Amino acid sequence: MMSLGPYASFIVTSYALVTAVVLILIIAIAIDYRSLRQRLRELDQSGITRRSGRSAADLR
Amino acid sequence: MTLIDLANPSKFLSLTARVLPWLAAATAIVLAIGLYQSAAAPDDYQQGATVKIMFIHVPNAWLSMLVWGVMSLAALGTLVWRHPLADVAAKAAAPIGAAFTFLALVTGALWGRPMWGTYWEWDARLTSVLILFLMYLGLIALWRAVEDPSRAARAGAVLTLVGAINLPIIKFSVDWWNTLHQPASVMRLGGPTLDRAFLVPLLVMAAAFSLLFVTLLLAAMRNEILRRRLRSLQMMQARAFSSEVDTGSHEGNAPKPKFGAA
Repeated sequence: MMSLGPYASFIVTSYALVTAVVLILIIAIAIDYRSLRQRLRELDQSGITRRSGRSAADLR
Repeated sequence: MTLIDLANPSKFLSLTARVLPWLAAATAIVLAIGLYQSAAAPDDYQQGATVKIMFIHVPNAWLSMLVWGVMSLAALGTLVWRHPLADVAAKAAAPIGAAFTFLALVTGALWGRPMWGTYWEWDARLTSVLILFLMYLGLIALWRAVEDPSRAARAGAVLTLVGAINLPIIKFSVDWWNTLHQPASVMRLGGPTLDRAFLVPLLVMAAAFSLLFVTLLLAAMRNEILRRRLRSLQMMQARAFSSEVDTGSHEGNAPKPKFGAA
């Protein structure tokens, strides 16, 4: 077991906080992506297409 | 694919779809190596195990400035070259930069309490980084407040370039003023003063956080491009809806609208 000395709580809190914020960023971006794709698919199904004629949800 | 090709949002989306899984894997691997080396690093003779906070504090502090630097280049791209992805890049980078700056401030405070005896001191380095954090928040608020994307892009680009003045102030604050924060020990003219046992994990963690930034930036840019596509399609839908209603009222027989509200 790694010994972190008398200031272990400061070290653990720092790493936990960085982990939490990075995870929040990753999850927020992933949720945003899924929500956007879903709304684009709904538009596609309602008959709205891009000028190129491709599907709205097409990633090209 | 040339750099010019990337100006096309569709080609950029296709590139990110191919590159993102590899970038995410590389980030995870380098981060795992960095965390292992950080855990295995010896205690510092003065700081003890608290030196481990430096392995996350310093990369976040570097990235807080690097991200604003990237946004400043993007701001030039918006104002000078009118590159279609420049504003997308700046807008996508701002929340990520704000998160890194927040982490630099908080991990710095958590290191400062046991080492300096205080969480916070209004010295030049800490205050200028706090100002950087507030500028990130201000910029995000500005983009959200202005509805017209092209006006928001120009206003955001100007504010970003004005805010770039803060970067050399942050970097040289420890040399120009008498601060509690220690002077540079890695990026300095005479070379790093850190022992190799601390320098290697620090640089590996910096590489991991840089890879994390690039991965998150590309993913957030992809989202921003899709958001703009959604907005233009919704406007198209609204136009189709209103022209259908107009036609219907001219004929005196308004049909049921084909398209729902955006």
